[in-house]
Amino acid sequence: MTHNAFRTLLQSWDFTITIIFLLVMLAGSFISPYFLDPGNLLETTFNFIEKAIIALPMIFIILCGDIDVSVGSIIALSSLAMGAASEAGLQTAGLVSIGLAVGLLAGMLNGWLITRFEIPAIAVTIGTQSLFRGISQAVLGDQAYTKYPESFAYFGQGYIGGTNIPFELVLFLVLALLTGILLHRTTFGRKIYALGRNPVAARFTGIPVNRLRFIIFSWAGLFSGIAAVLLTSRIGSTRPNIASGIELDAITSVVLGGVAITGGFGGIYGVVVANFLLGYLKFGMGLINIPGRVMNLVTGSLLIIAVVIPELFKQFDVRTNKRRTAL
Amino acid sequence: MKGLQQLIKRRETTLAIIIVMFMILISFRYPRFASPENIYDVLNDTAVLILAATAQFLILLTGGIDLSISSIMALVGMLVSMLNMQLPDLPIPLVLLITLILGFVFGSINGLLVGFLRIPPIITTLGTIAIFRALVFLVSGGQWVSAHEMSALFESIPHRPFLGISGILLFTAIAIILVGLFINYTQKGRAIYAVGGNRLAARLAGISGSKIDFMVFSFSGVLSGLAGLLYVTRYAAAQTDTAVGYEFQAVAACVIGGVSVLGGSGTISGVLLGSFFLGLLYNALTVINLSPFYQIAIQGAAILVAIVANTIVNQRNQQKMLAKRSLI
Repeated sequence: MTHNAFRTLLQSWDFTITIIFLLVMLAGSFISPYFLDPGNLLETTFNFIEKAIIALPMIFIILCGDIDVSVGSIIALSSLAMGAASEAGLQTAGLVSIGLAVGLLAGMLNGWLITRFEIPAIAVTIGTQSLFRGISQAVLGDQAYTKYPESFAYFGQGYIGGTNIPFELVLFLVLALLTGILLHRTTFGRKIYALGRNPVAARFTGIPVNRLRFIIFSWAGLFSGIAAVLLTSRIGSTRPNIASGIELDAITSVVLGGVAITGGFGGIYGVVVANFLLGYLKFGMGLINIPGRVMNLVTGSLLIIAVVIPELFKQFDVRTNKRRTAL
Repeated sequence: MKGLQQLIKRRETTLAIIIVMFMILISFRYPRFASPENIYDVLNDTAVLILAATAQFLILLTGGIDLSISSIMALVGMLVSMLNMQLPDLPIPLVLLITLILGFVFGSINGLLVGFLRIPPIITTLGTIAIFRALVFLVSGGQWVSAHEMSALFESIPHRPFLGISGILLFTAIAIILVGLFINYTQKGRAIYAVGGNRLAARLAGISGSKIDFMVFSFSGVLSGLAGLLYVTRYAAAQTDTAVGYEFQAVAACVIGGVSVLGGSGTISGVLLGSFFLGLLYNALTVINLSPFYQIAIQGAAILVAIVANTIVNQRNQQKMLAKRSLI
């Protein structure tokens, strides 16, 4: 391997995040003998798969240089609709359709407001964040929907066949594969990158910029609907504060996965690894009794360090290059 | 006459008119709504939000966003409350000074990361919102500081009358006036608008974006720290989940007040009116006996209506301007 190729590999984020992931797994196995147990590793995915599913459409959104902070509230709205429908006697198939439809509609509302009025996504989604959350709070007050059909529990609690592989995990892997293909193997994906790197140039090339953004915000709504089905099914109840704060976790995992917040750079692989990395990191810290809030100290620091180090390298490179040219 | 026309065209005037109309409307249901006493109460309730919104305003002006405001509020609030448990008789000016210094320290951590390590504001503060909140938990061990553990002197900060108004309003007013003077009448203050309007042009004009970023994040920290002190003393409790969600509420107040999230445009009077409008909205729900559970939904609707209305007005103004130019 030539010096340059080795350097490129070291500088690739996918490589770095894989190494960090392996380090976490290694550290985990030293910390506790229960960490590397396959059963435990599979069971733990229940705790972070909904977040990981939200992170998938967030890749598209951040690649476009946009942001969506309303996804947690869309989950609340979608879960509310399913709860109300279940009280009215609807069965599992109907509940799932309603959950997905409400998510999609909420995402379409975001997309419409953002593209029709040319309003920055952050402003719109802060508004819909409180609107959607507020609706579920207005309807439920301090109550909760807890009556769900028995078969509905499968989505968030079930396993594939007779194995101990959670349905959620398999669904996530399928969705991640789908997202990866869309992103890296279709013209749709190439257009997203073009749009993220230079929106003006993208428009001049004939890419329907606003239609594309409308589609990805609707797409995020649909995925929030999927996450709502899984989460509601897993915890078996709908409360107004369901999934609050999940948007910041999802954005964190996407950025940690190497997607540039300014748009245009990053891919599916890093984000998938980042989600497992964060999930297993929290699992490991849980095994040694670190409280949940303190775990945030670690994940927050990890996010900042992950972004600082490449930046420091870059600044160092610029300086040494300057010196070289001076010589 | 021209001055009057310009006044009418300004966004702040529109918002002020909407506020007055809203007050008249609610007064039909509840005559005391527009009374000076009630407005004084609303102002007291809104002071903390005004400070948080002003902190957010400075960052929005540069085109950034500060998600960590709520966590800085909680952390500073917790630290000064714990200090008060140890030293109950610390004089108020000293408590204030310590509060401002703590706020400055945490804000300048954001400032260093954004300004000098060039991490985008949203990522920096996404990290520090979690870190500062975790620190609240670590320093307090998950415990509250409740009313009976605070000294009477400490608890009296927001209520104690100074110069005829409550302490909370006095401190807020001083902070707002200082920020207003700073951003409108000093070179450094105008530089914030310059950086937010066009970072590259500002640099070519000799203004360092990094230094401005560092400065606004430090100021944002100071204002958030003060907001935190007033929050914990007003509610007489410092908890691990103090002020959760305030970062977005602060953005909401700014956006309703006409501040652009793209940077470079917005006024301190707009921020004041936006915060006051939200405060009035919450107060109106209580006095007309609507369930407080409707609060967040109505707030969301208000934000959306405000930004859509702002955009439509802006687009129309632009079209008019273009039409005028083509005539020439």
